[in-house]
Order: sequence, then structure tokens, then C-alpha cells
Amino acid sequence: METLLSIIFIYIFVENFVLHRFFGICPFLGVSRKMETAIGMSMAVIFVMTMATLVTWLLYTYILIPYNLPYLQIVTFILVIASLVQLVETVLRKISPTLYQGLGIFLPLITTNCAVLAVTLLAVRQEFSLVESVVFAIAASIGFSMALVIMAGIRERLELAVMPDVLRGSAVTLITAGILSLAFLGFQGMLTL
Amino acid sequence: MLFIYAIAALGLIGLLFGLGLATAAKVFYVETDPRVEAVNDLVPGANCGACGYPGCMKFSEAVVSGEAEPDACIPGGEEVANEIAALLGKEVSSSASPIATLFCIGDNYRAADSFVYDGVKDCNVAGDFYGGHKACSYGCLGLGNCVRVCPFEAIIMGSHGLPVIDKEKCTGCELCAKECPRDLIQMLPRGEEGHLVLCSSQDRGKTVSRACEVGCIACKACIKVCQQEAIEMDGKLAVIDLEKCTDCGDCVEKCPPGTIYQRSAIPSEQEAIAAAAEKEKETA
Repeated sequence: METLLSIIFIYIFVENFVLHRFFGICPFLGVSRKMETAIGMSMAVIFVMTMATLVTWLLYTYILIPYNLPYLQIVTFILVIASLVQLVETVLRKISPTLYQGLGIFLPLITTNCAVLAVTLLAVRQEFSLVESVVFAIAASIGFSMALVIMAGIRERLELAVMPDVLRGSAVTLITAGILSLAFLGFQGMLTL
Repeated sequence: MLFIYAIAALGLIGLLFGLGLATAAKVFYVETDPRVEAVNDLVPGANCGACGYPGCMKFSEAVVSGEAEPDACIPGGEEVANEIAALLGKEVSSSASPIATLFCIGDNYRAADSFVYDGVKDCNVAGDFYGGHKACSYGCLGLGNCVRVCPFEAIIMGSHGLPVIDKEKCTGCELCAKECPRDLIQMLPRGEEGHLVLCSSQDRGKTVSRACEVGCIACKACIKVCQQEAIEMDGKLAVIDLEKCTDCGDCVEKCPPGTIYQRSAIPSEQEAIAAAAEKEKETA
């Protein structure tokens, strides 16, 4: 139980996937313009990350390891992630066309979100158990979502802020991302596994 | 033997997921209106956005749902509008597509450059650099933003430094008019009737004549000669009202710099070069 709690805390705050490890920068900058799409993207990523880690962990432990094929992990994991994203897209289109429209191109782009591949690879590399892996994936994706939502909140305000023209748009966004990352440095060393 | 396991494992996993996705696609199948596809096949498919929708597919959806009119597709013109209307059983309110016209004839030979520009070949960038390399701060910079933005390859950059618009290929999508940083391209109703003052300069006559041999110097000679009162001053620029113009051609003779042209006689690339060569011979 204690390990699970520390996994949750570490991967949301201390080793935040976006702000500490710099995974998933593309959607972090691309979808954080509006709060609504940021939240929709977060939900989709939480689902994909958790499901992907669950499936890849099972495949890795019960197929790749017994048959001595660990070198196939990246190919297999990408296959799993791509299929899951496709599944989310199909289901979402049926269930919530509004969200489907809102996410637009970023929905299929979850496939290329390196945070998703990273979470599955790290789960097996850290030799987590199944429960730990799933909790790890949930924590990492919540950490990703948190960064995305914080960024969206800041950017919505920045739109109205007075600033020199050279800073407007992506320049100020990148500076904000850097400051945000520095702020999260404060959690450094607070907890380790 | 190891590789057989690898192939089998990956193959089976792939097959499994493929079957899963196929089932999901069947279970969660979304009915789409077949008419949307049919309309999408009819439109040109350049995704130019002239209709106001992001892409041809969205336009097709809007037409089928009744939100957009069949003739909203500007590049498609009358032909496509009729086809769409026939498909959906709607009426077309007829309207011909406009045509892009460049309101500047200050080519490399007749409109001077104030310095040699050697930067990025982009009108926006060049225009921001000390007000552009052209001595006339309203004239065409000739770096071809309009050429690049045209989805129908209807504009080419002439060797005389001005874009040449192909009347046949121009679909009136307005992208070039929106792109031009100096607003030199205007959308006019299609046709050959009427005369035009092919200049956009709002400078005083003295400034204009120093920068360009063929710019409107605001002398008002055309206004005085026009019997239809079709010409008015818009600031320091004479503008001809196409609806009042009767193509008498009196203003062409009176215009000192020769800025006014009949619409069918807008100087082509060759004519511009020839005129420049002749002038040089005269001065020599």
C-alpha cells in the first residue's frame, strides 16, 4: 500500500512526466490553448495510458519473457497503443461526437504521444508488479493531465495579458512551460522509490 | 528457431487486435449521410476555404444539412453549384464567381527600387524591412506571396516583377486578395467591360511620379474628361465606377502617366517589357 501511495505521489508531482521528464511536450503545447479541449485530451490520455500499460504488461510478462523475445517490446507496445487509440476514436465517435469534434486531429495523435510509450516501457523496466504498473500509469497520466490543465489555465489568461508583440503566442508559452517546470523542481528529492 | 516465435507472437498479437478493432468498428458503426460523400466528390477538393468552411468535407456536410447554399463553393462555380443542387433537389441562386485583378502596373522597368533587397523572398518580410525595397510604398513588391497561396496555379510571377493572373484558371476564391500585404488584388465581377485605374497609391502626385512612371498622380484629368461622371477621387487615387463606365476611352488618352487601361487590355508581361524597351530607345 505504501509503495502504491508513493508511486502516485512521485509520478504526479516529483517526477511529473511533462515537467520533469519532458515527455508529451507536443500535446502539452498543442492542446493547451483552451481548457475544454485540454480536459478532453486529458481524459483520452488517461484512458489510453492505463489500458496500454495493463495490456503491454500482460503481453510482456506472459508472452515476450517466456519466449525470450524482450527485444520486440517497442514494436509490440506501439502496436498495442495504436490499436487502443483507434478503439478510443471509434467508440468516441459513436458515444460523444462533440468531444470527437473538439479533439480533432489530436485524438489520433495520441498514438505518437511519447508519454504513452514511455509509461509502458518504464513500467516493465522498473519491474513493477501488475497492480503497481497500472497505478503507475494512472499516476503518470494524471500528472500529464495536471500539467496540461495548469498550462491551459495560464494560457487562457495570457491571451488577455498585455505584453510586447515579440513574446505573443508560442514564445510566451515556451517561457511559461520553462517556469512551470522550474516550479516543479521544488518537489525534487522529496520522495524516492 | 527464435525468429519463428517472434514472427508468430507479433503476428498473433496483431491479428488479435485487428479482429478486436474490426468488431468495434461494426458495433460502434456511425451512420453517415451518403449524400455528404457524393457532394464531396463533386466539389474541386482544393480545400481553399473560400466558402467559409474548413475544408471541402465540412462544406459538403453543411450543404447537405441545409446550412450552406450549393453555390457557396466559389472555385466550383456555376457548374458545380448546379450539380450539387441537382443532387440535393435544391434551387440555385445564380451568381458568377468574381475574378482577381492586380491594381498595380509598376513593373521592374517603370517603378524604381529604392535599394537592393536580398532577404527572404516574402512580401510580408520585405514590406516590413524599411518599408519595402520598392520606391513606391503602395506598389507590388513582386515576391510572389499571391503566387504561392493560389491553390489553382492561376498566378505566375512574370519576369517583369509583377504577378500575372490567368483569367481562365482564376476561380475567384479570394485567397490572393486576402494574402497580399498591400491589398493590391481586388475581386471584380467577371467580364471585359469597363476601364480601370491600375494603381493603389495614396501618395501625393509628386511622390508618385518620383517613384513610378505609371502611377496615378491624382491630377484629376480623367475626372474632368469623363462625361458619365464615373470617376471619383478616393483620397489621392482616381477610382472608376465600373457600372457607370461606358468604355468611351477618353480618360485613357487624357491620363498623363498612362495608368488607365481597358480591362481586356491590361498590359501583359511581354507588353510591359516591350514598352520599357521602347522608352529606353527614345531616351537614348
